[in-house]
Formats: sequence, structure tokens, C-alpha cells
Amino acid sequence: MYKRSLQILLVIFVAFTMLGASSPSARFNRLGHNLMCTCGCSQILLECNHMGCPDSPGLIAALHSQIDAGASDDAIYKSFAAKYGPTVLASPNRGGFDDVAWIGPFAFLLLGIVLILLLLRLWQRRQASLAATLPEIPPTPETDPLRQRIRDETKYGE
Amino acid sequence: MSHPMPLFGSFSLLLALILCVYTLFSGTLSLWAISTGRALAVAPERLRETSRRAGIASFIAVCCAVFAIGWAFFTNDFSVDYVLHHSSRALIAPYKFSSLWAGQEGSLLLWAWLLAGYGFVLRIRHKADITLHAYASTILSAIQIFFLILVVFVASPFAIVPGGIGPADGFGLNPLLQYPEMAIHPPMLYLGYIGFSVPFAFALGALMMRYPGEKWIHITRRWTMVTWLFLTCGITLGMHWAYAVLGWGGYWGWDPVENASLMPWLLGTAFLHSVMMQEKRGMMKVWNVWLIFATFMLTILGTDLTRSGLVNSVHAFAESDIGYWFTGFLIIIFAVCLFTFLYNRDHLRAENQFESLGSRESSFLFNNLVLLAACFTVLWGTLFPVLSEFVQGSKVTMGAPFYNRVAVPIGLFLLFLTGVGPLLAWRSTSLRAIRRNFVLPCIAIIVTTIVLMIAGLRPWSSDVRADDAVGANIYALVCIALGVGVITAIVAEFLRGANVVRTQTGKNLLESTILLTRRNTRRYGGYLIHFGIVILFIGLAGSAFNQSKETEMGFGDSIQFNGYKIICQSYSEDSNANYDSQFALLDVFHNGKKIIRLTPERRVYFVNTDHAQPATMVAIHSTLESDLYVVFEGTNPDNDKPIIKFFVNPLVNWIWIGVVIIVFGTFIALVPPLKPSTRRVEVTSPHPATGLGAPGLASETWVGGAAKLPGVPHV
Repeated sequence: MYKRSLQILLVIFVAFTMLGASSPSARFNRLGHNLMCTCGCSQILLECNHMGCPDSPGLIAALHSQIDAGASDDAIYKSFAAKYGPTVLASPNRGGFDDVAWIGPFAFLLLGIVLILLLLRLWQRRQASLAATLPEIPPTPETDPLRQRIRDETKYGE
Repeated sequence: MSHPMPLFGSFSLLLALILCVYTLFSGTLSLWAISTGRALAVAPERLRETSRRAGIASFIAVCCAVFAIGWAFFTNDFSVDYVLHHSSRALIAPYKFSSLWAGQEGSLLLWAWLLAGYGFVLRIRHKADITLHAYASTILSAIQIFFLILVVFVASPFAIVPGGIGPADGFGLNPLLQYPEMAIHPPMLYLGYIGFSVPFAFALGALMMRYPGEKWIHITRRWTMVTWLFLTCGITLGMHWAYAVLGWGGYWGWDPVENASLMPWLLGTAFLHSVMMQEKRGMMKVWNVWLIFATFMLTILGTDLTRSGLVNSVHAFAESDIGYWFTGFLIIIFAVCLFTFLYNRDHLRAENQFESLGSRESSFLFNNLVLLAACFTVLWGTLFPVLSEFVQGSKVTMGAPFYNRVAVPIGLFLLFLTGVGPLLAWRSTSLRAIRRNFVLPCIAIIVTTIVLMIAGLRPWSSDVRADDAVGANIYALVCIALGVGVITAIVAEFLRGANVVRTQTGKNLLESTILLTRRNTRRYGGYLIHFGIVILFIGLAGSAFNQSKETEMGFGDSIQFNGYKIICQSYSEDSNANYDSQFALLDVFHNGKKIIRLTPERRVYFVNTDHAQPATMVAIHSTLESDLYVVFEGTNPDNDKPIIKFFVNPLVNWIWIGVVIIVFGTFIALVPPLKPSTRRVEVTSPHPATGLGAPGLASETWVGGAAKLPGVPHV
């Protein structure tokens, strides 16, 4: 029954997530949101909102023409970076040292997780060896209510 | 005496500096004498008291300086260079006051003023622990000295224009700052930013004096919460201002100045969690001390980065030599912290060890790791352009796409921990407890995911929203589903506790919930904060479904956009002493019914000068579901028709509501809990079990009306 429910859930999940088709304008918007306006406004190209911007219409036209010419995403980024400088890319994606930007935070997180797990293991071992050396105190009528109180107070949260 | 007020201001700042130097030296000397038992010509306790009073007097002196600059603004004294560059005769009174923080010199004066204000409160409240407060006061005075040196010698707000006679009118205030929120946002942000000096001073002081016990943690925690609250409000007001004024449809641009405010917020949040470990179990003492050190250092680093011009920022007062001062100060702070830590590290030994992975302690550890990783990501993203220039010879842009891909998964992990952490018990959680606590949230997550998919949110289907990346939809789905799971967990916790209270007291569920919260304000205030965070996250997830459309609209033109019908009724121009404006009158219809008239506006300030500056006044129709956000972008020069950009931004209101809940929760958490009090009750008959209770008076412990029998252990 449990397995059956899981299977049904999986089928529903796959059915709903795999429906639909790609839209042709999606690529332009995606690429346009990965490029910056070069006029100094520090805005994403398709979000640059000031009238009379000297740069954004030209950049948008260039993007349109490259998409129409069938250039790949990578080729478009490279051509923009070559023409307008690497700061035209809204995030570093030229490969090489740029990859360090992406790896850095996740490496930090991963390293932290590993360190925490190692620490927890170390502390658990220490705790176990400490517990083994301590004699167990037999319960008495005096300590029983106290133990119960401690149990209750540490049952949830604070 | 041709400029009496500026002179008075300068003198006040100099006096404040002298008083702070006295506070530092007399405080240090007296504390050294007290700790070593050395005799001085004056009793060390008296010297310590004079130090405290000098610190209080320094606040009054800085207030005088602020009064002087305010006077210069309100009397249009354009002989003061700072007033000349940041005010004008046409500027309305509230903005004349907010001009104080519009530029480098004024914002440093604001910093010095607020820091002195914090010092004033700290010194007034010294009786909570005189010696610890004396340490903190002395450390705080050292920080004050740095900022006062800046405003006295490096960036004086009272500098007089060359020749001593100012022009008839000033250059005016940056139009982007002429917005009501800008009168609140910077002081709020600075209160948060600067406020971290106080927990820092307490932590460093407690370490220096090898403070016995954990009382300093209680004091520091409250200060940190207040500071954190201010910073939260400051950041949110900034977001709202960016949303309502900048007109690009968003509220967070990952600008270095924004990042600089977010970093201490993240570390401050980590500290507020991990400090509980020290309070409850005497653990993570080293970690906590360094967290608070690092939080304070990040406030200085953030200021350094943005004021030195090291990283590009759209915010003002970037690029100046003042960065070197902050770098030097940062190095000194780090050296002092490191030395103090190394000298006293044996005082920070943990009293307990971790026992289980499935415990509250380990969840706090992971929570701290994730918050630290988020902070590192923001710092990394802010500094990487500099690193790239150093390594590759060219700067790169670290814009929203970078943070969306890197910070969002980390944020989701944090959201997950927000739900999991409070459900785990201290030391170790039994499998039974895990099953009992986690079943409901898990069901809620699964049901929400399915419902959202049925409703049309299908991450792998790009026709959900044609112009956005698939990843954003996945994140949004996960975020909303996780959020609902966390809310379920929080509600279940409240209900579980409230039911116990209801059984004890016989009150109804609402009264029981209120009583429960009052009994443990920290815990349930914390849950409310978590609830607010979840609502905020759901609001942020809404940005995955933003839509926009740009069009020209003449008289009577109409468009259909995302269920709205918008008709342009009129467009016109206006002019006043401060700015010229163009605006459009747009009637908005939904389901055939007119719901609102919106008036997007575009202003041009300083029209007849060589520094004319445009500004956007966005028109927003806000509902819980979405915001209709309308921007007057300009006019088509060929036909003079306005060009209007429409956005539909889903769930934006949830962000502001989430923050209101966070603020409310923080207030609750700051309120002292109801303490068990004793009252005298008359016992009329002996208790059959205990035999106690002969007629007379007995003392009874009372918690919210729950009577306890004498002789029976009260839990």
C-alpha cells in the first residue's frame, strides 16, 4: 500500500512536470536578462528603464540579430564580451577563472558541512568515552521527580 | 565670527572628540587599576565614573553639532559647503533634515551621532553590571574616537565654501532621495549598522575582563536583537524605496551597498541563534565571540568597500580617500580582537559536548553554517570583480543572475532548517518525537507541491511563463512548498502548547495561545519571526512569475495585460519650484469593473541647471495576489505620446507583510516573559493526599492561574 502510494505520487509528479513546450521568445528574454546595459546604469539589459539610453537599444538589436542568425548562447555571450567587455555579462560565464566565482560559495558550504559532520562525530566519540567512565547513579525517591522534571523541560524546544 | 553656527558645530565635534579620548584613557586606566588592584591618585571607581560621565557628555556635544548642521540647512546657509551641495531653497522642510545624510560628511556625522546615542543609552543603563558596562563604554569610546576624527579632520560637514560667502541657492538634494521613506530608511539602517558596535563592545569587554558566567550574553543578546530589528527595518525600507522610486520593477539589485547591509544582518542572525547554545548549554563560546566580532567588522568592511570606490556602486559617496581610514581601522579592530582572543581563549572553553546529530544543537550548527555560507556568497559576489581584475586583468559583473543561482539554493536550505530546527529537542531527539513532529509538515509540503502543479506551476514547462528561466520556477515551487511545510510546523507547535495551557487553565484556544506566548516570549516570538521569514520567502518566490509590457498610450488608448484592462484617460505636464513633471492618468479595470486610477509620473529636478536629473514616481496598485506596477518612462519625441511600462509582480505584498510579522515577533521576543509569581491563598481544608492545609495562609506558586498543590513538585 505504502509502495503503491509512492508510485502514484511519482506518476502524478512526472505527469505534471513534463507537460508543456518551450516558447520561442523565452530565449531572447533569458539571454537579455543575463546581459547588462553598458550605459553605466548598472541595470540588467532588459530592465534598463531610462528613456534615451544611448546603449540599450543597440545592445537589444544586436541580441535579436544574433538570435535570428542562429548563434548559440555561448557564442552570443562571447561575442558580447569581446565587443563590449566582460562587464556586459551579468554574471561571469566565460569559463576559466570565471568558474571560480560559481564554485567558491558551494565549496565553502560543502567544506562547512564536512567539517560539521567531522566535528559532530568527534564530539560524539568524546561524549561516549566520557559516559563510559562515569558511574551510573541509581534512581532514588529524591532524584526521581527531578529526573522527570528535567525530562519534561527538555522534551520540546527550550 | 562670520559663521557662528558652523563654528559652533566644529567646536562641538572637537569637544566630543576630547571627551571621548578622556573616556577611553580614564576608562582604561581605572579598569586596569581595578583589575590589578593597583592604587591610583584618585580612587579607580571615581575615575571610572568620570569616564562614564565624559562619555555621556560626548553625546550631548555631538547633538550640538547635529543641531548646528540642521540650523545651517533650515536657514539656507549656503556658505557651508555641505549645505550648498545637498540643499536648496525650494527643498521642503522634512527633506532639509534628511539632507543631513545625503552625502559623505553628513552620513559620517549621522554615524557619529547614533553611535554616541547608543553609548549614551549604554552608559545610562550601567547599573545592570557596572564593570562590564565600563568595559563596553571604554571600547565604544574608542570606536567613537575613530568616527569623530573623521568628521573633525577628514570629512568635516562644517567646511566653509572658498571665499566664505555662499551662492544665493544651493545645488539641491538628489531627487532620488526626495521620497518619504528616505527620511526614515538611512537612520534606520544606520541604527542597525552602528548598533552592532554595542554587542561587539560587550563581547570584547567580557572577554577582556574574563567575565564569569553568561550574564553578558543575556545583555548582548538583547542589544543584538534591537540592532537586528533596526537593520531589518532599514533594509526593508530600502527595498521598498528602490521598488517605489527606481522604477525598474524590482526591490533588490545586489548593489555592493545593499550587500554591505545584508552581510552583517546574516551574521547577526547567525549570532542570535548560536548564542542560545551558549545560554542553554555553555557551548560554542569561541564561535559566538568571533561571530559578533565578525559582524561588527563586516559593518566596517562594507563601509570601506563602498566608500573607497573599490567596488562599483550606484549609490552616492563612492570613491574617496576615506576608504584608507576604514581599512586602517579594520586592521586595528582585527588585531585587538585576535590579541584579546589569544590572550583569554582558555576562558572560552565549552562546558558541554554534542551528543546527537538529531538535536537542536546540530540544527543550530547547520543554521549557522548556512547563514555563514550566505554571508560568504554575498561577500564573494561583492569582492569577486576586484579579484577577477587582479587575476585576469578585467573586472566582471556579479549581477542578479549570479546571486539567483548561488544564493537562492542556500536560502532554500535555510528555509528548510527554519522548519526543522525548532522541532528538534536539545541534546537528542527520539525517533518517536521526530515522527510526531515531522509528519504534518511533510504532508503539507507534498500536498502543496501537488496543488501548485495542478494549479499550473509546472517547473519544467516553460509555457508557465514564457520569459523566464526554468530554474526560477523550480525554486519558486520548492520555496512555496517548503514555506507551507514550515508554517504547518509552526502552527502545530503553537497548537500543541496552547492545548496544554487550555487543559491547565480552561481558557479558550486564543487566550491559551496568548498566554502561552506570554509565558515564553523568546520561544514563541522566535516562531513568529520564523513565520514572518517564511512569508517573506514566499513573497520573494513570487518574482519568478513577474511579467512586463511596454507600450505607447495616447488619449483613450487601452491595453489588456494579465487580466487588467488599462485605459489612458489623459496625460499632461506640470511644474513647480522644485521640479517639472509629466504624468498620465490611467484607469484600471478588472473583470469589467474600474478598480483604481493610477498616475505614473516622471519628474525632472533642477530643470534650468546643468545638472538636471530625472526621477520616476511609480504608480502601484497592490493586492495580496500581485502588484500592478506602472512606470511613466517618457514620451515618444515623434508624437508626444507617453511610453508606459507595466509590470505584474506577484506576491510582493507578502514581503512587506512578512517583515511586519518579523518586527512584531521581535518585539514579542524582547518582552520579558510572565514569571511565576507567588501569592498568598487561604487553604480551607486539609489536602487528603498530603494532609497539609490546616486553615490559614499558604504560599502558592502561580503560573497564569494554574494552581499547584503544596508539596507536589511543580514543573
